[in-house]
Amino acid sequence: MQEHQHLSDKEITDDLVRPVIRSDKWFWSVVGLLGFIMLAGLSGYVYELYSGLGVTNVSRPVYWGAYITNFVFWIGISHAGIMVSAILRLTQAEWRRPITRAAEVLTLFSLIAALSNILFHVGRPWRIYWITPLPPIFIGFDFARGIWPNVRSPFVWDPVAVGTYLLSTILFIYTCLIPDIALVRDKVKSGPSKIIYSILALGFRGTPRQWKVQATAPILLSALVLPIFVSVHSIVSWDFAVSIAVEGWHSTIFAPYFIIGAIHSGVSGVVTLMAGLLWLYKLDKYIKPDHFDAIGRLLVIVATIWFLALFLEWVYALYPLEDPEIALRNMQVFQAPWSYLGLLFLMTGFIIPVGAWCFKSVRRSPMMMFFTTILVNIGMWLERFLIIVPGLSRRTELSFNWGSYSPSLVEMGLVTFTFAFVICGVIVFARIFPLIPPFDIKEGMRFRQVIRVGKKNISAVVRE
Amino acid sequence: MANKSVLGLFIDENDAGDALSALRKAKYQDNEFEIMTGSPYPHGTFGEAHPKIKLHRFPIFGAVIGFSVALIITIGTQLAYPMVTGGKPILSVPPMLVIFYEMTLLFAVIVTILGALFESRLPKIFMGAYDERIMTEGYIGVVVTVPKNRISKAEDILKKSGAESTKRGWEEKKDRK
Repeated sequence: MQEHQHLSDKEITDDLVRPVIRSDKWFWSVVGLLGFIMLAGLSGYVYELYSGLGVTNVSRPVYWGAYITNFVFWIGISHAGIMVSAILRLTQAEWRRPITRAAEVLTLFSLIAALSNILFHVGRPWRIYWITPLPPIFIGFDFARGIWPNVRSPFVWDPVAVGTYLLSTILFIYTCLIPDIALVRDKVKSGPSKIIYSILALGFRGTPRQWKVQATAPILLSALVLPIFVSVHSIVSWDFAVSIAVEGWHSTIFAPYFIIGAIHSGVSGVVTLMAGLLWLYKLDKYIKPDHFDAIGRLLVIVATIWFLALFLEWVYALYPLEDPEIALRNMQVFQAPWSYLGLLFLMTGFIIPVGAWCFKSVRRSPMMMFFTTILVNIGMWLERFLIIVPGLSRRTELSFNWGSYSPSLVEMGLVTFTFAFVICGVIVFARIFPLIPPFDIKEGMRFRQVIRVGKKNISAVVRE
Repeated sequence: MANKSVLGLFIDENDAGDALSALRKAKYQDNEFEIMTGSPYPHGTFGEAHPKIKLHRFPIFGAVIGFSVALIITIGTQLAYPMVTGGKPILSVPPMLVIFYEMTLLFAVIVTILGALFESRLPKIFMGAYDERIMTEGYIGVVVTVPKNRISKAEDILKKSGAESTKRGWEEKKDRK
């Protein structure tokens, strides 16, 4: 970090708590627009609930379509949020300070968006609780549910893993948020919001003991959340990989391939969010080109490892020369529309963004990083779509079993709903709590110094 | 005798440190006063006592509880409602490992959070003497919580050490430090 601008505690408080104290002019119009999009999407869900899954285009043999693609996509986005936060906290990287909370909040809302896709996808969502073990008293209430979940099924592992991740994320965010809730409590003059913030702050006063816990707890929690993060996308990949019926999915590399793909799309999601925050809340004193540069370098490494995993997945698929695999790959590369989608996926998911990130001027430009990371996530959504749909299209020797798929209007509406929900969720969160942690910035400011080497002033960070 | 608290607000770190030294010199015990700041300072900046926390023990307790819960849920429930599928064993260890792993980590996280609240001495209903400027403007607060008859002396010490202002707090029945 070469840039340094000293800010007083009061300035930091005023800058970062301002969006919580009063709404920006754009707030209600943006939330209103996103709310309208969400309502439009949800009206499609009401129609689906009333009419049944027939209003979607999933049909034999392609039983998984846009909803499951979207589920895997949002699980992926959710991963890097907490990963970026946890790794940067564990390594005590100084540039983490303005980024961590935004990354964690992105995780929270993308996980909820991911889970909503499961509700959209199942035929009878009112029986979603069948995946949880219930005390015998409830079995009498619902006679059809006279059995316990089959733990041998990946569809039981999935909710356990995602539920663990969601709960851990909520607790992680709340724990790190307590000092900032206390700050907002003290900044708000009076009224119901003062009472609510006071309850949420739990009487935090900033004693050395409380700050020591605030320094230790996130590191411990990071160490606990990272293994959860690895397990969640592994388990999501096992939804596919443990199935022996679909040749294209039955692969041992799926777990690491999915994880690195999740990091690729998720870190990109964090960059998109950072750029959005920078413009919306005018946070250029806190989110600097240095941050984009650092995360851009990280992205080049992540994207390259992901590309290696993609390459290996193809090698492992083609090496045994089995007919169904070759038919599937043939379809992905040579048959429209899959071939065009595949090309678009490669261009947007890797070639264009990574090529661009090799240039320092691109990495240091929030605008360029914003667009290139959006390209990555277009590519990564397509990647999941190209794994799921062609895999299920069953280009086996039994041609009567062949099928194809394109999403229906209801499915597209609900996919759009999830995007609007995540954006709206982050914006509303930023209206209620500081999205950049003021106490963390103040601490960082305290340890910063400008040292003079010869004729040059260099910004340095002193560590305890 | 019921305790009262008095708060001194300081702008300068050195003045706050001097106040702590003066309080010690006047025979106030370390558990009778504490420092409050709006952001973390390095330990010992004000010469305050080093807080001892044992948060690292909590995840281990949580992990043990989580593993036990996972055992009960997976083994117990499958044995209670045995359903043979395709001649496969009722208890298949590899898939159960997934549940063990997740539940172990989930409870480790939950107990760590509970531990963090316990070690922070939160929730705290009676905040004692407190000023909002500590969090919002970076003031350093030194709060002394002692029986009524010693509160005026403590207030004098805080003023003499350079406190910009002092403030009496709510009465506390018991020192919760």
